[in-house]
Amino acid sequence: MRFTLNGKVVNVRAHPMKRLLDVLREDCHLTGTKEGCGEGECGACTVLVNGAAVTSCLVPVGQVRGARVTTIEGLKRHRALQEAFVSEGGAQCGICTPGMIMTASTLGPSPSLDEIRSALAGNLCRCTGYGGIYRAVQRAGKKKHGGRL
Amino acid sequence: MTAPRALRIVGKSVPRKDGLAKVTGLAAYIDDLTYPGLLYGTTIRSTIPCGEIASIHLDFDTTGFTIVDVRDIPGRNVVALIDDDQPCLVEREVRHYAEPILLLAHEDRERLLEARAKTRIEYRPATPVFDPERSPKVFKRLAIDKGSLDEGFALADVVVEGEYRVPHQEQLYIEPNGMLAIPAENGVTVHGSLQCPYYVQRALRVVLGLPAHRVRVVQVETGGGFGGKEEYPSMLACHAALLALKARRPVKMVYDRIEDLEATTKRHPGVIRHRTGVTRDGRLAAMDIDVLLDGGAYATLSAVVLSRGVLHATGPYRCDHVRVRGRVVMTHTPPNGAFRGFGAPQTQFAVEVQMDRIAETLGLDPVTLRERNALRAGDTTATGQRLGRDTSALRVLREAVRRTDFRRRRRALAGTNRGLGLSLFFHGAGFTGAGEVKLASKATLELVERGVRVRVASAEIGQGSRTVHAQIVAETLGLPYDAVEIAQADTDQVPDSGPTVASRTAMVVGGLLQRCAAEMKTRLAGLTPRQYLKAHGPLSVTKEYRKPPEIEWDEEAYRGDAYGTYGWACDVAEVELDPDTCEVRPVRVTAVAELGRVLHPVMARGQIEGGTLQAVGYALVEQVVMRDGRMANAQLANYLIPTTRDTPAIDVVLLERPYRHGPFGAKGVGELPMDGPAPAIANALRHLGFDVREIPATPERLMELTRKGKGL
Amino acid sequence: MRTPLSPLRLFEPRSLRDALRLLADEGPLVPLAGCTDVYVSLNAGAPPGTRFLNLWALDELRRIEVRGSTLMIGALATYTQLARSKPVQARLPMLAAAAREIGGIQIQNRGTIGGNIGTGSPAGDSLPVLAAAAAVVVLQNARGRRQVPFNRFYTGYRASVRRPDELIVAVEVPAVDGRQWFRKVGTRAAQAISKVVMAGVRADRPRVALGSVAPTVIRATRTEAVLAETGDVAEARRALMTEIAPIDDLRSTAAYRRRVAGNLLERFWADTGIADRRSPIAD
Repeated sequence: MRFTLNGKVVNVRAHPMKRLLDVLREDCHLTGTKEGCGEGECGACTVLVNGAAVTSCLVPVGQVRGARVTTIEGLKRHRALQEAFVSEGGAQCGICTPGMIMTASTLGPSPSLDEIRSALAGNLCRCTGYGGIYRAVQRAGKKKHGGRL
Repeated sequence: MTAPRALRIVGKSVPRKDGLAKVTGLAAYIDDLTYPGLLYGTTIRSTIPCGEIASIHLDFDTTGFTIVDVRDIPGRNVVALIDDDQPCLVEREVRHYAEPILLLAHEDRERLLEARAKTRIEYRPATPVFDPERSPKVFKRLAIDKGSLDEGFALADVVVEGEYRVPHQEQLYIEPNGMLAIPAENGVTVHGSLQCPYYVQRALRVVLGLPAHRVRVVQVETGGGFGGKEEYPSMLACHAALLALKARRPVKMVYDRIEDLEATTKRHPGVIRHRTGVTRDGRLAAMDIDVLLDGGAYATLSAVVLSRGVLHATGPYRCDHVRVRGRVVMTHTPPNGAFRGFGAPQTQFAVEVQMDRIAETLGLDPVTLRERNALRAGDTTATGQRLGRDTSALRVLREAVRRTDFRRRRRALAGTNRGLGLSLFFHGAGFTGAGEVKLASKATLELVERGVRVRVASAEIGQGSRTVHAQIVAETLGLPYDAVEIAQADTDQVPDSGPTVASRTAMVVGGLLQRCAAEMKTRLAGLTPRQYLKAHGPLSVTKEYRKPPEIEWDEEAYRGDAYGTYGWACDVAEVELDPDTCEVRPVRVTAVAELGRVLHPVMARGQIEGGTLQAVGYALVEQVVMRDGRMANAQLANYLIPTTRDTPAIDVVLLERPYRHGPFGAKGVGELPMDGPAPAIANALRHLGFDVREIPATPERLMELTRKGKGL
Repeated sequence: MRTPLSPLRLFEPRSLRDALRLLADEGPLVPLAGCTDVYVSLNAGAPPGTRFLNLWALDELRRIEVRGSTLMIGALATYTQLARSKPVQARLPMLAAAAREIGGIQIQNRGTIGGNIGTGSPAGDSLPVLAAAAAVVVLQNARGRRQVPFNRFYTGYRASVRRPDELIVAVEVPAVDGRQWFRKVGTRAAQAISKVVMAGVRADRPRVALGSVAPTVIRATRTEAVLAETGDVAEARRALMTEIAPIDDLRSTAAYRRRVAGNLLERFWADTGIADRRSPIAD
């Protein structure tokens, strides 16, 4: 099974119905993608497939043949977002954080609060009440565009 | 909330110690760990709520499997906690659905799945009890008496009665429970997602019959706890260790979400009854309160949950004549346990809704009634505790009222689809009564080349304990924040600092570290760590909890200083009702809290926001559907917690009034925000015309109230 | 995940032809589109079958286009595609609105309209829209195509006229005259399974369809007739109560669903009755 993982072509031998989540964690040894529910509700396992956020617990690896898969380990060009998650309190226990950041990375520049709330509705966080996450995404959005911090 | 100028690090939002690892995916949680020769473990559980096991049939080829049952327990078959009544594995009697009976391990998880499907257990079912009012067994009774109820009611002009119901609530940490046990020479090492390393160690010692030094417990990065990883990890650690010791190989057990929801603890449901005597001008003359909590099948922590529940049952109000009766009873449901707030959210929901009903009865506004009765410095609580100067009930109330323009806004909203309500509440910081004395917690500070290393058993579960401890130590020693490193919570490396619970980690353990740092500073006498080590060799300082002399507690009489201090808060909630569907949208919650000293503004705000949203879920959406003693909605598609779009704007206002025994004046903060939002939301719905006395206030319940003429 | 993989088999056709041939020769197979439903079952240890047919690679089923007065939606069109599609926004805004309320964006990026139809949950959010739009389901097997009016597609709870060798390949939506209206009532504001979901079209012959109030999605034809003949919404509400049969389940109660269905009907009528021509579909 060939696909591009974080910019590199990988070839994985796995049952085509094995969850992408398990292939990433077990076959590719990338454990930054987390399992919170196994039913696509919590978003902790969010990765990007061809640039779109998906819950990797609901994706058979057979369906990413030839696709571009990006995980938290391969997230480039979003350092400002990651740093803002630290400084604004967007990460507490951290288990939802990789998935949350992956989804947030698909937002356009300078998203409004409403856009952030809509985009992140598929990522559950039980620690923060989401406030720190909104502030982190907004801060990173402004930074990216040279706005005032 | 500005800290005095002298502080360099405390009061500043320094970068959290675990931040970088968490945002890059490098932080390693239990399921991320693996070992050579690892086996996976699974649990075979009861499928009836009550009865006896008749027979067990393993209809599969057991070659290659490690199988553990009750006969494999070398020590005592009990999960050691308070009453030691909960077995580690069922021997014969089943007391609840999903009770562990058998453990299986295999290197191939697919084989385990097949084996699970081919394990049959036959039972002799008995009749379960699900209604706590009909329970045959009381785990614990508690009583608080102050003054005389007869005298109190004689002074009253009006008596208001009410019955309030609160539900189960699931902690719903996003990382399910997990443990990895590795056999060691003559002992075992267990790594896991947990809050209390030394609780787990003690449970392992009892089950395995091993001395402490042969049982090592290591907390790994933990994906949330909220109390849910206070007692249950002891059970899971014992299971993993039993399998590992029998197999002589490492064994990992990580629950999936369904198992975690079905088998592990929840917040205690309860029924709280109030009979309150008040004078015409709104003074509380007598409070008669009855608290009934459903403990589930085993005692676990129920006695202490009840304790905190009854100690907060009067709310932050002065009253000379009080009677509180509490009991927690057995039902044939999975044991209920610790969850942020620990009994106080249940009882303060009741008293705060009761207060609004009293105000309504008297024709007073809710603020005035609370102003007349709020505890002030010098007042005594129901247990006779005389309150000190850091008693901020009135201050948080007035600040919240001012910020929200409460009275005017409430009038302006009358007749619209929006309602406004408030709650005033408090939360005792640290262990109840003599708990801290019994714990005798210790903390150690060790000098290293680059600075110092903190050795404490406190578990970083997201709340920021590593960061706050480092701030306290750096500030006290005059070292940079980066010069403080935090040792992993590993029983081989850290002393017993007590469990990571009860809002005690910053206040109590942080206080010990402050004392360690102060002594170390004296010992350093101006030398840098490097210079000192070169000149004098290794240095480490350990401090043990010292009870402030003025704190006195009589456990027998339930009198005295229940807590060293209290956090105080007032919430104002605005909600919007959809009249077609009775859906309630929480629009805004203003949370004003007095925390002693704010050690880290970003994290303190995060604690308040996070706790507030958990409580919004408690008030409006979270519902454990129990059918025949089994959680029928044990999936995240059916047990719902708030998403971004269910979340109100949360305005956090942090006030300070330093507590003299807290590090830099800090009090506990973790649990306080869980207590207030549910009654504030219920009172906002009352403002809209709904007589809400039970949560969650689902659209179905509100619709039913409308039908009965108690809504809109 | 509670389902062992080794007994499962996945067939991976490269083209629709391949897929139809596999269905004919190897069937019955469980078709897999975005997997947002099947993997929930696999996770719970309740696989819907052991042999699966992967359709995800069949890009020919992803197209959304307008042919004459008909909106043609390929079965693999995702909710994200539907929500963003200009033709859908212009012709069937109630479908775009429904697509935006399904799951979070991760589910919208994977879930497909064909999957929603094929799963046939009574709570499927896009289904009342298709019912109210008088859509046509296009079924195809190795021998050819047939078209089934959406309102005759389901035969019972999660049961349909689709034969084991057929695939849902598209849904065709004729032009919809009149004002469209959609409302989903879930257990929370986002990412929730519907407790009641309603789509309506306000025209000379109004159309009303509901989900989560019967074993299948329903067109409330008697209610529609009352509205068309009398415009009396109170009378229509009484008719609606005779057409729905909601139940108590984990998410809600029959009593609640009945009242809300009635209230939504009145809201639909009030929202679409005003002179204002702006779309009443809120974002």
